[in-house]
Amino acid sequence: MTPDAATSPLTLVPVGWVVLAGAIVLGLAWLAAIVDGVATSRSEASPAGLGRPLREVARLMRQRRRTTVEADTPLWRTGSSGLLVIATLMVIVVPLGSWTVFDPPVGVVWFNAMDVCVWALVWLTGWGPNSAHGLVGGYRFLAQALGYELPLMFALVAPPIAAHSLRVGDVATAQHGLWFVVWMPVAFLVYLIGVLGFSVWGPFSAAVGADVAGGVEAELSGLDRLLFLTGRYALIAAGAAFAVPMFLGGGAGPLLPGWLWVLVKTIVVLTALVLVRRRLPLLRPDLFMEVGWLWLLPAALAQVLIVSVVAAWRG
Amino acid sequence: MTLQTVLLVAAALFSIGLYGAISQQVVVMVMMGLELMINGLILAAASFWWFLSPDPSGQVLLMVIIAAMTVEMAMGFAVATLLHRDHEADMTDMAGDLSE
Amino acid sequence: MFVDILFWVMAVVAVVMGAAVFVVDSMARATYALALSFVAVGVQVLLLHQDYVGVIVILMMVMEMAVMAVYMVMFMGMNPALMPMSMVHDKRKALAASTALFVTLAAGALLVPWPTRRGTPSADTTRALGEALMSSKMLVMTVVSPVMVATIVAGVVIASKRSRYDRLGDDLRGAPDDPQRGGVGR
Repeated sequence: MTPDAATSPLTLVPVGWVVLAGAIVLGLAWLAAIVDGVATSRSEASPAGLGRPLREVARLMRQRRRTTVEADTPLWRTGSSGLLVIATLMVIVVPLGSWTVFDPPVGVVWFNAMDVCVWALVWLTGWGPNSAHGLVGGYRFLAQALGYELPLMFALVAPPIAAHSLRVGDVATAQHGLWFVVWMPVAFLVYLIGVLGFSVWGPFSAAVGADVAGGVEAELSGLDRLLFLTGRYALIAAGAAFAVPMFLGGGAGPLLPGWLWVLVKTIVVLTALVLVRRRLPLLRPDLFMEVGWLWLLPAALAQVLIVSVVAAWRG
Repeated sequence: MTLQTVLLVAAALFSIGLYGAISQQVVVMVMMGLELMINGLILAAASFWWFLSPDPSGQVLLMVIIAAMTVEMAMGFAVATLLHRDHEADMTDMAGDLSE
Repeated sequence: MFVDILFWVMAVVAVVMGAAVFVVDSMARATYALALSFVAVGVQVLLLHQDYVGVIVILMMVMEMAVMAVYMVMFMGMNPALMPMSMVHDKRKALAASTALFVTLAAGALLVPWPTRRGTPSADTTRALGEALMSSKMLVMTVVSPVMVATIVAGVVIASKRSRYDRLGDDLRGAPDDPQRGGVGR
């Protein structure tokens, strides 16, 4: 990467701060789990939703690992533990106020490359245990990924066109006064659909569906299951965090400092994404594929066209 | 990291790819060999650009290589699917009628 | 220093994983070994200051290998569990040819008197690439785009089992006779 800090509006902090980025990801994942736990408790009318994630962590950490015959252990472990790593690699390009750990000139493409890695990891988690349910789940995810990925890519193209830069910091600062979400609502919506897609969450959780005994998650147990579930929450968190500099004005906001605004906006988007699970039905991947290619992709392309015309007109 | 060392790595990748492309029997494995050869090409082109002539437009060549690779993969998968459906063939030796 | 270490680590990963593709006895492992090899080359391209191309190589190749794995399982015609697979022909000749090629290329790389560097890289290589593609090298863009479209169309035509005549009847006026209806109510 060409480090030219001169053109960037951000302060680059030393690499060691990546630990803080990881801690924030874990914290947000924890928060997402609590939100989901509270919502689940309320719908089941059972008490103590706040403690749900903690109990689940304690249970999984004590659980013995289940093994399967002829499992491909290295690939399996890579898949189940990789999601958390990918979420962290996504978050490090998100500027926290005016600081950033990693500020590549192609930050938006970087985020996109990381979310594509989820394709590999989810499929590997399904493949690893040598189980039919897992593999069915893995295939379901790939089919769904083919549906959401192209619309997501074009949705991610719109803000950089308006900002004339692929650098995440530039995109954030380019929207002073008017957030991109206001005049690119379609791109924002398609982006959120993509986030739900790569987090295997809500309407896009067919890959871990109950009808295939948990699919990709079917054979996961103990620590592996904990890492995979945390990774899913972390991916939603990373998607929500990346929406802030892309569409929601980055750290812009009154009174509070920039870094706090980034966190507040992230938490709002994250909560909405987590709660959407109880509002929307499951989408079958084979049906969603056509929705993605015939509706979402043209909609995202039309959005990019409008943004390009506006950007060219502004000069 | 000099031009020579990067080219050596690229040559190694290209040669391994060639080995795979001519020795493998299964169509998809042959494609993996071709991919590896193109992998070496990408690295060689990138190093030529940076070490010999880093002018602004030289990177376009890399984009062409990547585009060529996607075309190769897409057509490869399509033909492999067709072969499999029509002949139940998954090996290059079984697709003899393509050479007649 | 750091760049050199990273380069050598990535070089070793790229070559070892590339060789592993034809050594390991599992389809998934072979495919993802190739994916790792590509990621390592992508990082090396990043070290050679081509940010956009490097990240794009990683993005495209991980995606492509995820799809490739499905084709491997589909077309290898064997139980997808770990099974020994050695499906090669003319192994010795292939080995000799590739070794000879490597020696030739390596000799070329080391012995050719490479010219000295001409020109200087621009400060923002991504912007330079974009401007080249959209101005002086526009022809490349205008040629690649129709080729890509043709590839998509040709790929679908070759691979799809049922044409629109199978779906809609000879006069293309019948109701689609699909085993599964699509998601947008067609």
